[in-house]
Amino acid sequence: MINFQKVTKIYQSDGREIAALKDVSFEIQPKEFISIVGRSGAGKTTLFKLLMAEEKPTEGSIVFEGEDVHQNRSHLPHIRRKMGAIFQDYKLLPSKTAYGNISYIMEVMGASDEEIANTVPQVLELVGLKERANNFSEELSGGERQRVAIARALVHRPDVILADEPTGNLDPINTQEIIRLLVKINEMGTTVVLATHNKEIVNNLGKRVITLEKGQVIRDEAEGKFIL
Amino acid sequence: MFILLNRIIKSGWAGFRRNSGLPLAAIFIMVLVISMATSLLLFQKTSQFLTQTIQEKLDMYVYFNDELSSDEIMNIQNELSKVSGIKNVEYVSKNDALARFIAKHKDDASLMESLRELGKNPLLSSMNIRAWEASQYAAISSFLANSQFSNLISKIDYQQKKPVIERLSSFSFGINTAGIAVNIILALAAVFVAFNTVRLAIYNSKEEIETMRLVGASDGFIIGPFLIQGVIVGFAASLATLLAFGIGLFFLSPGLKFLLPGFNIFSYFIGNLLIIFAIQLAVGVGLGVISSWLAIRKYLRA
Repeated sequence: MINFQKVTKIYQSDGREIAALKDVSFEIQPKEFISIVGRSGAGKTTLFKLLMAEEKPTEGSIVFEGEDVHQNRSHLPHIRRKMGAIFQDYKLLPSKTAYGNISYIMEVMGASDEEIANTVPQVLELVGLKERANNFSEELSGGERQRVAIARALVHRPDVILADEPTGNLDPINTQEIIRLLVKINEMGTTVVLATHNKEIVNNLGKRVITLEKGQVIRDEAEGKFIL
Repeated sequence: MFILLNRIIKSGWAGFRRNSGLPLAAIFIMVLVISMATSLLLFQKTSQFLTQTIQEKLDMYVYFNDELSSDEIMNIQNELSKVSGIKNVEYVSKNDALARFIAKHKDDASLMESLRELGKNPLLSSMNIRAWEASQYAAISSFLANSQFSNLISKIDYQQKKPVIERLSSFSFGINTAGIAVNIILALAAVFVAFNTVRLAIYNSKEEIETMRLVGASDGFIIGPFLIQGVIVGFAASLATLLAFGIGLFFLSPGLKFLLPGFNIFSYFIGNLLIIFAIQLAVGVGLGVISSWLAIRKYLRA
């Protein structure tokens, strides 16, 4: 489903070359729950950025459902609509309510008003925010914002959820809730790729773990633990 | 397609209402730009009226040695019709000239007495020539002086009137050019400020634009609401400017009548309300949309 083929990403900084990823290769199968772990600066976020085609790899290619994500820019919105992204800083649209943030992606995809009116309240209920539907993001707590972001990521039934440090700004209770939601989404058949440096989360999941260190994959285990 | 367009329009309107601060600033700046464009139009009309009034007072006489035969009159009028810039030519015979002279000076007893003592008509037949523009009199005078019938000509009064004609000609040209230049410079400055105001408004939304891209929105779906906001800003600014000019000219018009007799600027404004509003809309909406498009393009390219 997702295939990283010898991916290297080098950034230029003050004339120096900094390798964020070095010769990274791995494959993710449909319906997998996979954790990408590593210290800060290990390359987790770069990996997500490359997968979402926010940035281009210096070498190698990233194939999503048989298509190189960097090959055709005009097709990029269609590829991104098959992904649901959750970010550490939520990235909600401040000019829209919780409902508006979630319905936006369906509007983008051309869903009918009726379909939106039926689906969005269901997803809001799933993430426990039915009562907060009409609140703008600035009126929500960190945990609530992240749940809106999760609702937005899954409302259009994407093939994969990409969660980059989704619990980075949350307290332990909210963290557990978010992870429980991601597991639930995975059990419903959606592939989940989770980047985190939270040892407890990874060890409790008991799922596949890819460990990154200094931009390289140093471990890839089917039922991995957080070992650094 | 219709659903998407409907959503883009709704989203644009919602964005405009929610971020009321910057759109209001953009409307204010846009009012200045549209005011410049409207002033340019009104100034041009006023100066055109002034120039026309001045030029209508100018004419040139060509005096002939003797009374011309009708063939000669026809011949000269034919030749003159080939000269560009002539608005009107009128032949004044010796008798007509005398009749006009008497009508004009009938109350001047000594002048009438002198005329009687002279015993004959001392006036020459002439042609009165009016040009479309003051600057064309020199060329007409030169044409006549070098024409085949120059031997029939006793005098052309162009040399006498030349300083006045030239001064008026350069005066009206000067007013026009200076007015247009000042207006264009101010308009360009206002356009620059308006563009930067819109750019600032869109810069504030750059993270939002980035998020829209990441969740899979197409460029059209992202840019659409911003263009709609540009249209709303342009429309609101045009309407506000039209109203401000309407009220302003209503009160200014009586005062201007003394300066420009025969020209009512308020009547001109009302008479051309639709075309003026169309120009204001074109400037306002055009600038709003183009500024938004130019400003947002940068964030979509990355």
